[in-house]
Amino acid sequence: MGAYVAKRLLAAIPVLFGLSIIVFVIMALIPGDPALAILGSFATPENVAKLNQDLGLDKPMVQQYFIWLGNMLQGDFGRSYTLNRPVIDEVLERFSATLILAGPALVLCSIFGLLAGVISAVKQYSWADKGLTFTVLIGISMPSFWLGLLLIFSFAVKWRLFPPSGMYAIYGGGDLPDLIHHLTLPAITLAVVATGVIARLTRTSMLEVLRQDYIRTARAKGIKERRVIYVHAFKAAMVSVIPVIGIQAGFVLGGAVYIETVFQWPGIGSMLVKAISTRDLLLVQGGVLVVAAAYVLFNLLVDVIQSILDPRLR
Amino acid sequence: MSETTIETPTKKKKSGGRPSTLRLLLNNTLATAGLVVLAFVFVVALAAPLLPLVNPDVTEPANRLQPLFADGHLLGTDALGRDILSRLIWGTRVSLAVGVSATLIAAFIGSLIGLVAGYAGGRTDNLLMRGIDMIMAFPYILLALAIVAALGPGLLNALYAIAVVNIPFFARNIRGITVGLSRREFVDAARLSGKSNASILFGEILPNVLPVIIITMSTTIGWMILETAGLSFLGLGAQPPQADLGSMLGDGRKILFTAPHVSIIPGVMIFILVMSINLLGDGVRDVLDPRLKSGALARPVMRTAVMRDQVPDIAPQEDATLDMQGLKTEFHVGSDVYKAVGGVDLKVRQGECLGLVGESGSGKSVTAMSIMGLVPTPPGRIVGGAALLEGEDLFSKSDEEIRLLRGLAVSHVFQDPLSTLHPLFTIGDQLVEAIRAHQVISHKDAMARAEELLKTVRIPNPAERLKVYPHELSGGMRQRVCIAMALANDVKLIIADEPTTALDVTVQAQVLSLLNKLRQERNVGILFITHDFGVVSTMCDRIAVMYGGKIVETGTTEEILSSPAHPYTEKLIACVPVLGEPDRRLDAIEGRPPVVNALPDGCAFAERCPYAKDDCRKGDLALTDLGEGRTVRCLYPVSGDKAKQGECDV
Repeated sequence: MGAYVAKRLLAAIPVLFGLSIIVFVIMALIPGDPALAILGSFATPENVAKLNQDLGLDKPMVQQYFIWLGNMLQGDFGRSYTLNRPVIDEVLERFSATLILAGPALVLCSIFGLLAGVISAVKQYSWADKGLTFTVLIGISMPSFWLGLLLIFSFAVKWRLFPPSGMYAIYGGGDLPDLIHHLTLPAITLAVVATGVIARLTRTSMLEVLRQDYIRTARAKGIKERRVIYVHAFKAAMVSVIPVIGIQAGFVLGGAVYIETVFQWPGIGSMLVKAISTRDLLLVQGGVLVVAAAYVLFNLLVDVIQSILDPRLR
Repeated sequence: MSETTIETPTKKKKSGGRPSTLRLLLNNTLATAGLVVLAFVFVVALAAPLLPLVNPDVTEPANRLQPLFADGHLLGTDALGRDILSRLIWGTRVSLAVGVSATLIAAFIGSLIGLVAGYAGGRTDNLLMRGIDMIMAFPYILLALAIVAALGPGLLNALYAIAVVNIPFFARNIRGITVGLSRREFVDAARLSGKSNASILFGEILPNVLPVIIITMSTTIGWMILETAGLSFLGLGAQPPQADLGSMLGDGRKILFTAPHVSIIPGVMIFILVMSINLLGDGVRDVLDPRLKSGALARPVMRTAVMRDQVPDIAPQEDATLDMQGLKTEFHVGSDVYKAVGGVDLKVRQGECLGLVGESGSGKSVTAMSIMGLVPTPPGRIVGGAALLEGEDLFSKSDEEIRLLRGLAVSHVFQDPLSTLHPLFTIGDQLVEAIRAHQVISHKDAMARAEELLKTVRIPNPAERLKVYPHELSGGMRQRVCIAMALANDVKLIIADEPTTALDVTVQAQVLSLLNKLRQERNVGILFITHDFGVVSTMCDRIAVMYGGKIVETGTTEEILSSPAHPYTEKLIACVPVLGEPDRRLDAIEGRPPVVNALPDGCAFAERCPYAKDDCRKGDLALTDLGEGRTVRCLYPVSGDKAKQGECDV
């Protein structure tokens, strides 16, 4: 087990390395002179040359990359020029807000997705199955940002059950009930699509597993049908569902970009959108790198859980 | 290898697949609905310049934020007084164009990467796929954001970004299929005939990969429309005055509280568009993915459906553990009925081993699995006959009664021990489960009992083996575990369905002698299914030979082996190699077993029988008694001596 975790950890290193190369290349794609982009069109040529030198942009690309990577590894992500503070501080602060939103959303979509998928498979072709399958299809066809607006319009504006935006109340908020109150609508919105994807996959893999020889063996042993389905089949189906939950974590993190904008949640998604429109590229770069790295590490965790479940992988 | 053989695989697909594909698609109501809606949206969007619409960009501040059904503005106006209906149709045009283009770009580049990687293999494959993995390591939309950040906001840049992040889906799917295809004979043949790699890749492989590309496109296009709309919603896609559905939604968001229809309407449009694409996509996938065809994914219920017109009245016999009469089992797939078992009688006495012999497809496994209701339903059903276990008809019992008999009175040993043991539970857990299903006993005692069972089937170090998983054992050991499981309770009958077919010959002999010994010690009846007469001779007291869903001959093992009466039996025996007779010719039986949804009149074997005469192909043949417990279903039984003389060529 320990050896397996170590192996996965080692395997994650080249992936993280690759991520950094991709981000570096994308940033190098930026048309025009970055120094000019930062300083604006009224910059003097001397200023541009000086900034280029300061940024190390006069050196060859490969050398630039390693200097850049070295800085990153020391936690130096540069300084945001719009916020005038270190990128890393802003990114970590914003990312923790995103995790507060994305974590519960991931839990919600896992629970409801598995539940809907299992019910659908067990009651295959029943009205419950047809209803769930259709609801799931609606869920994955709906633009999440639009669903967010609908929820705000009905639950926040019309019925005033939940606040329309923000993470805490401006006056007298800040405690856990206040946070949950603010979290409910955005977390549900964020979970909808992933719930649908997980439900679909759970249904298919349950149906596939229920046709396997070892399910016939379980039945031939005379154990209760409930145990056949909820222990034998479910455990085997989880083997293909768990990696998808890992992938969905990526969609939930990405979907947070929309949901945070709609609900004005102070997370990393809304930060990125703002940073892109103000061309604060160091902030974009730092944000993307941190989220992508976190996603890689999360998938590492998923792999480990998977290997606990499936002894063949160890 | 000639040109024609090379062309066959591609051609077959084209001629066979096309006409039925559309028909199958239209059979699916939801997919048809999706197709109709989508076609309507497409036509309206394409016809936008021809429709009598107001210019979508003309502002009219005096008429701003008109509600639905306002005069001259069916869907009202937005914050600048622009007609929403007109903007909606023009916006849909843009969104569709962007979504479709992004899909085509992603499909083109992704499929190309997949084809090349899968076909080239080796380092090229490794390099390309590692790159794809890197892209997939990013949370999907985040990479698109980074690309837009670098290129700058704009509809075209958003299109590129969405296309890039979708490339991996195509690359991975197509590569998987291409790897499989590259090893196929028709590719080897093309290579030998001197075709260039490029012409093999695009001439031979691409046509076979096309359905997968279409499936992947149909599942990602809705997604891409959603995501490009999303980028526009965030203000990173379409820039004013150009508008797509996403940017309309984004603009309307600011006035959500006062004029909700401005943002809700474009959202509805996106939803309708994506929903219809998904419905259609699901339909396309069901039609093109053979795995999902003909309800192959239907979930088998716990017990075979019993639908007998009448319950036969059979007098229980004293000495029979199992007495089966007139069993008929069918498979109903669509409108086809496969009569797998067409009236089979079997009797297993106490402590007796009955061999049920026949080729694959003769119905022997279905017969055996029908006894305890383990034939999958759907599509299987038992439509006639009875199976008496110690005088009681199993087919009349309730599901719960059957469950309680499974593993307690009748247990099973199946063919492939790797697939029949649950891969995620330890051997110990699986044995304990079998014990505790029928005995009230603590987990600890059950564990001790499980260890004893492993000792009974002569597995060394039983205590340690309890903790291992099936994949950690050899094939022979796994099958011993399965036998141990079958002995977990005090069973009267073991149904062994080709228990040694998946094993090495030496291991086969060990497992057989173990089964034989246990049978004698415990006086258990065994129904032994096999296609191998060599195995039969060491195991069975009596033999029943099956062909085309019917018993064609029964008798004691010695008699049948020494003087088979049915030509089919004779042929089967002639196929077994005999030590010390190197001159004997081994022949496969010519032809194939009959298809059970179109059984011929008369003797099912007549087609392949060297002795068949005209009257063999008429009416139903009865099982005739030859005396001394021997029966045969043949008008012209062969005398027993021919087979022994090694005359097995036709």
